[in-house]
Amino acid sequence: MASSTSDNSQEFTPNIERRETLGKVFEYIFLLGLLIGLFILALLLFDIGKDGLARFLTPGFLTETPSRFPDQGGILPAIVSSISLGVIVILVAVPIGVGGALYLEEYAPKIWWADLIEINISNLAGVPSIVYGLLGLGVFNYILGFGPALISGALTLSLLSLPVIIVTSREAIRSVPDSLRYASYGLGITKWQTVRNHVLPYAVPGILTGVIISVSRAIGDAASLIVVGAVSFLTFNPGLFQRFMALPIQIYSYITRPEPGFANAAAATIIALLLVILVLNGIAIYIRQRYSLLN
Amino acid sequence: MTYNNAKRKLDDPSETENRNAVFQVDGVKVFYSGFMALQEVYLKVPEKQIVAFIGPSGCGKSTLLRCFNRMNDLIPGAKVEGKLNYRNRNVYDPQVNSVKLRRQVGMVFQRPNPFPKSIYENIAFAPRTNGYKGNLDELVEQSLRRAAIWNEVKDKLKSKGTALSGGQQQRLCIARAIAMKPDVLLMDEPCSALDPISTRQVEELCLELKEQYTIIMVTHNMQQASRTADWTAFFNTQTDAHGKRWGKLVEFSPTEQLFRSPTTKEAEEYISGRFG
Repeated sequence: MASSTSDNSQEFTPNIERRETLGKVFEYIFLLGLLIGLFILALLLFDIGKDGLARFLTPGFLTETPSRFPDQGGILPAIVSSISLGVIVILVAVPIGVGGALYLEEYAPKIWWADLIEINISNLAGVPSIVYGLLGLGVFNYILGFGPALISGALTLSLLSLPVIIVTSREAIRSVPDSLRYASYGLGITKWQTVRNHVLPYAVPGILTGVIISVSRAIGDAASLIVVGAVSFLTFNPGLFQRFMALPIQIYSYITRPEPGFANAAAATIIALLLVILVLNGIAIYIRQRYSLLN
Repeated sequence: MTYNNAKRKLDDPSETENRNAVFQVDGVKVFYSGFMALQEVYLKVPEKQIVAFIGPSGCGKSTLLRCFNRMNDLIPGAKVEGKLNYRNRNVYDPQVNSVKLRRQVGMVFQRPNPFPKSIYENIAFAPRTNGYKGNLDELVEQSLRRAAIWNEVKDKLKSKGTALSGGQQQRLCIARAIAMKPDVLLMDEPCSALDPISTRQVEELCLELKEQYTIIMVTHNMQQASRTADWTAFFNTQTDAHGKRWGKLVEFSPTEQLFRSPTTKEAEEYISGRFG
């Protein structure tokens, strides 16, 4: 006797093979996307390594000040500048950005101007860095009178990082389930204690993702620093209120010189820049993993 | 003391009932973004009893529950009118501190929501934050024992509260609430996400807890109300000619009386299963 389910089959044209084939096609399209990305990255690393690894490994490249000759001297002032810039950006932009995001998400009334602010902040994330450079030049160099110093560059890069930090932090804070907030408030815990002990720890991994993206962008940026007044040749490690360099500026300065050896020096500096970003990101990722485990 | 919607006020509350009422709800109305969600409610919550709120979805029972500890404050656009006295003080008096109120009126939610921290920390966090002077370890053990979950978790207090099963998580949340030694426990459908065995455990727990606490429980389950509650309030929805819908309290009586001989037609129909 035929079961009623087999009778029903006339009412459907399930087309299962076609639907599954479609699924496979998309799987391969996505894989292709990944492979293209990886291929370009590998090509880049190979090209840089081929040109720069030998120069990178010369003694003194990381520990000496620059020289007029492409195969002599090092890039220490640029490394010190870039690390200082990165650290100051983290110290300045992260508290301000996370604070702003917390205010918008946890405290501000949910009315139209909060949305307006959000749209504008997202827009700021797309503003070219040279525009931030001009802003920094006006505010930090002239109005605040720091001149073309490390601190001006660091504060300019902090401005550059802020929008991305605010937007991603907001996203992370918004993804904290309300049930967690209610649980906390329901126990007679104040708003700040709820934010401090339940909302923030839960949001830390997402916030750090934003920090990684934005600080990497800041450290790799050259345009805004050129405007603020970074120099391409420095024989000392800069202090906060002294002239400064940066690794991207060093790279730019090397590749603009005609002698053939400087191309290798530029590639070697790129390796150094990648390593600096890798180390900073590594620290952030380590902290993020620890917090993910906590949650 | 009973309430029947036709009269819109409580019938002759006696002197003793007035004295022992933990909550006196006197014409409380709730609005969401200007729309009435719950029309005037009048009822009294007697001390150390279990009061159940039953009724179909959208009848305002959870809305009213969230008034007792001002959880509605957290919902944008929510507005409460009328008087809601907690031990003779209006909860919605601007001078009342909601943090202090919630310390005394604890809440257990529909979905178990332990903190993503250790079992120990789930219990200890709120008392520590509120400056508990006694021994925290003892308080944690005592609360977990009271919530009938101690034996299951005593060897893994350091592991995550979120790693427990649903029923265990809910009992952990109850333990967390009673660790603050509240006066009243609000429970918003505490068993709706649980299996029958866990439901049984939570119900038995409530019956034990009522020795010390007053419990107000929202439930979809009429059997649960009849098994556990001393008093039951039946809520229903009402729709006007324009299709606007809101909730109302229909009848509030001792549980046995409500289930055996309801005084309103709506309650009778709901209880006999003819609708809802």
